Amino acid sequence: MNPLRVKGLCKSFGGLRVTRDVDLDVAAGERRLIIGPNGAGKTTLFNLIAGEIKPDAGEISLMGRDITRSPGRARAHMGLARTYQIITLFPQDTLIRNVSIALMGLMPLRWNPFANLSQCRDVSDAAHEALERVGLVHLADRKISETSYGECRRVEIAMALAQQPSVLLLDEPLAGLSVDERRGVQDLLLSIPRDVTTVMIEHDMDVALRFAERITLMHFGAVVLDGTRDEVVNAPQTREVYLAG
Amino acid sequence: MTAGYSRILAVFAFIAILVTLPLWIRDTFYVNIASQILIWSIAAMGLNLLVGYAGLVSLGHASLFAIGGYAVGIAITSGFDQLTAFVIGLAIILLISAIFGALALRSTGIGFLMITLAIGQILWGVAYRWVSLTNGDNGISIPARPQPFGLDIEGPTPFYYLALAVFILALAFTSRLVLSPLGAAIRGTRDEPRRMTALGYNVWLTRYIAFVMSGFLSGIAGLLFLYYNGFVSPQVLTVQSSSEILLMVLSGGSATIFGPFVGALVIVFMKNVASSFVERWSLVLGLIFVLIIIFIPEGIVPGLARLKTGFGGARRIRAVPAPSGEAS
Repeated sequence: MNPLRVKGLCKSFGGLRVTRDVDLDVAAGERRLIIGPNGAGKTTLFNLIAGEIKPDAGEISLMGRDITRSPGRARAHMGLARTYQIITLFPQDTLIRNVSIALMGLMPLRWNPFANLSQCRDVSDAAHEALERVGLVHLADRKISETSYGECRRVEIAMALAQQPSVLLLDEPLAGLSVDERRGVQDLLLSIPRDVTTVMIEHDMDVALRFAERITLMHFGAVVLDGTRDEVVNAPQTREVYLAG
Repeated sequence: MTAGYSRILAVFAFIAILVTLPLWIRDTFYVNIASQILIWSIAAMGLNLLVGYAGLVSLGHASLFAIGGYAVGIAITSGFDQLTAFVIGLAIILLISAIFGALALRSTGIGFLMITLAIGQILWGVAYRWVSLTNGDNGISIPARPQPFGLDIEGPTPFYYLALAVFILALAFTSRLVLSPLGAAIRGTRDEPRRMTALGYNVWLTRYIAFVMSGFLSGIAGLLFLYYNGFVSPQVLTVQSSSEILLMVLSGGSATIFGPFVGALVIVFMKNVASSFVERWSLVLGLIFVLIIIFIPEGIVPGLARLKTGFGGARRIRAVPAPSGEAS
């Protein structure tokens, strides 16, 4: 059973078909890269998988369960986590509070109106552990609004990993980073454990190709090519798509 | 002394001032004004949960404020005893808040504002036009204040202490809620609802809980208002009342614990005290709001804190001696 399967997925915004009959089959523990020029429909595909928008047709299954009609929050509880192309954090809260909010999303504790969150040892310890994993534990009490862009990227990854997902969707995790920051985040991505099936959208080919075992090439909302790293890199369609784009 | 201890000391000093207030005010007129400030503070605290922490601006909260008063008033005039009427009042506040929230939260932003305004107007229409139930424009009167636990609260000072007790409970509840996981979730739905959904939160339900808690707090204030006046009328449900509660929140400082109290203090004081000295007191109140918006748009409490930090920073900078050899 593959943890993530997408079959015949279609989505249109008015007359614009942004996702055209997309099939995607990601094996357990696989690191999949999705590439394609701007407007290829990569982020829309992520939004469809995460349940942020509803497909017009097709099916999505997560860990063998059909989630096509499930709300986004239910998908998180089934083991799906994601990061965003544009950083989406809670800027007035500290790093530790951001990660704590991520952790509580899957816990009944999130409904508790009386507990003092900063005194919830389990959450606090797990949040510190998640920040340590991305090398930011020393900044735990700093506000997001006072944190650099590269560190915010790491916090996003920490929040996703803190939920111990089965499937992780990374939407351009290196976008907007400096060379040094890229190197750090790249090492972080490579350290993601193998029991997490990871699908990543990325334009930086040097980094992305080191990360991925299989690549899916998209263009105009459709899957053009799907194969191993070498197959896709050497395929004439890849050059056509990028040169034409 | 750490900032945490300073804050605790400030809170204790604030409560000590409120507890001893009738001892050094003495004039019953001002004790009654203080009771009114506390009652409206509780209503504003309720709305602050929604406006400040959930990011949902309501223009119909006066109807939730008044509904409990109407329920208790109608129950008492129908022959129920004070305790039963009080319990009925609480149940009706919860019920109406739950229905109101379910309808209003079909939208957010300007849509939410318009729905709350519309529902508020519907409830005002019911209070004004359903004469057989609400006594129309004449309102509902109750013969006497209740005697909770056998305590006589007829006088201004005993009633003030009842209002203060409820105010402290409301303050403790909101302070705790803000620090709690649910409080963090409510603020999360205000700041990044999309992210909250992706993290597994039910954004609608979180907002709904915030709405019901907000309505319940404002409704409790409405109960106190009925006991204070012995009377409730459609005047309490008007858009003007809803706007005043909203102004209390915004002028005091939304998403702050003490902002609603400060906002209520300004507005109730201007309405009841300044109006006896200044004929055009509403003009003065408007001027105050304009000044707040120009100089401290975040509200009085956070604005003063910012100004204080600024002045403190300036003092600290001045206190640094110039290096030798450099012109000062």
